[in-house]
Amino acid sequence: MLDDTDRRLLRQLQKNPSATLSALAGRAQVSPQLAARRFEKLRQSGVLKGRHARIDWRALGFEIAVSLRFTLDKTDPRSFDSFMEKARAVPEVVEIQTFLGRVDIRLSVIARDLADYHRIYRERILTLPHIADIEALMQVATLKTDERLPL
Amino acid sequence: MTLDEADRAILRALQQDATLSSAALGQAVGLSQPVAWRRVQRLEAAGVLAGQRLEFDLNALGFGVTVFLGVKLAAKGRLALGDFERAITAIPEVQTVEHVLGLYDYRLRVVARDIADFERVLRRRIMTLPGVGNVEANVLLSEERRPGPI
Repeated sequence: MLDDTDRRLLRQLQKNPSATLSALAGRAQVSPQLAARRFEKLRQSGVLKGRHARIDWRALGFEIAVSLRFTLDKTDPRSFDSFMEKARAVPEVVEIQTFLGRVDIRLSVIARDLADYHRIYRERILTLPHIADIEALMQVATLKTDERLPL
Repeated sequence: MTLDEADRAILRALQQDATLSSAALGQAVGLSQPVAWRRVQRLEAAGVLAGQRLEFDLNALGFGVTVFLGVKLAAKGRLALGDFERAITAIPEVQTVEHVLGLYDYRLRVVARDIADFERVLRRRIMTLPGVGNVEANVLLSEERRPGPI
């Protein structure tokens, strides 16, 4: 289990993931040696599973982000697996989530502009297998994105 | 900004592991250390590389459920969009807030210890906000991030 020191270190890491170890240790008020040991332990035990670069797709010209929510036809027991397998093959799909609720699967899809989105939607999304229903939510703005945990 | 093959390889490698040194990154994508370093600097300056996402074992940290909420504002609530946005982004359990167009006005990602804890957050913190109308909750079962069109 985590103790107070771990929590302090993780809080600081979440505030600034690219800070140096000594900066994080300083802000968490522990020695750099202790901080290094604790982070190593968090990595080893799998609590901190990975650190991934975030890509700003807008900076690459992808202006459109749409959340597509699917209800699947569940009469075929393989419908989830085959849907997901085909969805993974669509490059513009940046996130795949499965749910318990009214929605079965959600895909985050990005596109350069509306015409590009229209093409992806018609050629790559509507052709995915076992779709019973689709709803689209178009992203207008992101107000909070850091995914910080309340530790 | 337009990317060439080396840029794409760098982005793919850093999506996997953002902590790679420029020497290790260079080795992974077949570039010398100084060239890899300059490429990364350029991608950061152009805003393409926009920080790091930390991936945690949520269960190990005591967060047993993640719920996505679609929130529709009541007609009166629309006058107080700013108030709603300030209040919702300040709730620690609310990890992301997106303003969307469609069936809902906002899409929220919420973490909680368990379903009972989620219910507490929903009833005491979210439903009490000014202007909240219809709310739909979907409990996250699995999630995967894809590399995207690079």
